[in-house]
Amino acid sequence: MNGLSVRHPYPGKLIIVEGIDGSGKSTQISLLHRWLLALGHKVFFTEWNSSELVRRAVRRGKKKDLLTPTTFSILHAVDFADRLTYKIIPPLKAGMTVLADRYVYTAFGRDVARGVDSEWVRNVYSFAPKPDLALYFRVPIEVSLQRILIGRTKLKYHEAGMDLGLSRDPAESFRLFQSQVLVIYDELVREFGLDVVDATADINQQQQQVRQLVADVLGLAKGERDARRG
Amino acid sequence: MHDADKHFYGNGLPYLKVGPLKGSLIVIEGTDGVGRSTQIEALTRWLEVQGYGVVNTGWTRSPLLSETINEAKAGHELNVTTFSLLYVADFADRLENQIIPALRAGFIVLADRYMYTAFARNAVMGADAQWTRKLFGFAVVPDLVLYLRIDVRRLIPRVLESKGMDYWESGMHLKLGGDIFDSFRRYQARILREYDAIADEVGFVTVDACRSVDAIQQDLRSHIARYLAGERPARRRATAGVRRQSAATLRTAARAKMR
Repeated sequence: MNGLSVRHPYPGKLIIVEGIDGSGKSTQISLLHRWLLALGHKVFFTEWNSSELVRRAVRRGKKKDLLTPTTFSILHAVDFADRLTYKIIPPLKAGMTVLADRYVYTAFGRDVARGVDSEWVRNVYSFAPKPDLALYFRVPIEVSLQRILIGRTKLKYHEAGMDLGLSRDPAESFRLFQSQVLVIYDELVREFGLDVVDATADINQQQQQVRQLVADVLGLAKGERDARRG
Repeated sequence: MHDADKHFYGNGLPYLKVGPLKGSLIVIEGTDGVGRSTQIEALTRWLEVQGYGVVNTGWTRSPLLSETINEAKAGHELNVTTFSLLYVADFADRLENQIIPALRAGFIVLADRYMYTAFARNAVMGADAQWTRKLFGFAVVPDLVLYLRIDVRRLIPRVLESKGMDYWESGMHLKLGGDIFDSFRRYQARILREYDAIADEVGFVTVDACRSVDAIQQDLRSHIARYLAGERPARRRATAGVRRQSAATLRTAARAKMR
């Protein structure tokens, strides 16, 4: 078990984004996706908690509030392990670029904020390869909360940490829970060397920074970096 | 009852105020087809007749996961990592929602298999032994582990007489070669070798399961009776991460590869 310290041996590149809900990471990764496709790259996109294997168990567990911090954590690890096997590694072996919306750092942040042991959750995920580029979209809690409240009327139950009973008010619960997650993310930045993007900046400005970092990782020459029109 | 100071195999469940666990956690371990459920049924009746509250729990019986595990096994889409993690999820669900509450309330929990089953199976599938053990760092260490030990030669007719050889219990997923019979023999031999190593590591009470159902039952009862009377078997307090790997574990880990 390499414990995320060893890069994968495959010819492709693994680029991941991290950040709390409302950080804008999904917008950024989708703009990145567009750009790479326009450059003619072969790209595969995958997101957290999307495998069929545990979809039913997660849905039932969430609906009936059967999940404990530990089972919540392990089910997401099953999801990740399944996607790693069937979705992430094959394109990496084929030399493609894999874009992942959230990676193991999400578990290290959220699950530890829920109270699971941090050493334990690192062991759970120690089969995961180190990404070629890990971008962390750092945002103050109030900014993310405002973005969510504008975009969606209701906060997601677990995303707001409502299962922890911190507050009956979803917005207040989100503020309390995700503030802890933000503190942990800052520690993860140091521990795992994540690249930080200021997620309060303009969307376009952030995207330029992201494309610069990605171009370096993919080894794109200066001339290749401009997507041709059409 | 006894042992209010139960401890965890690793770092436990930091978010949970477990409190004193008055009950007793008694585990029956042993390979597929060795006769665990027959023995547990009889033990449950025997304990209840004596006035003990008994709760039964068993591998893959969690309401959260059992369906998912059965479906996944039917589809043969699991690899060693997802296989291991699904069983850990099942175990965690039962531990937090069933085993710990029952122990708090003073019941005797009779567990049909415990984390040692995963130790043995994962090792045979080629999972890292330390990784597997640390996965179970949140587990409550049982008060008594009774290990039903049998050899493959005697196990085979017993399985064939009852429900027959099943795909997973024969290790067909490991592609050990040959037909289901050969695969069963090889797979179970490896499992038994792992169990023996773990028995030594953890300090199981080993019960010879090559004998009649009644003889085994009498043995199990006398061990449990002695435990309930306050006698404690010599148990090694092995915890996750500080364990030396058995030679058998290392050999099988190097050899067995799943997919």
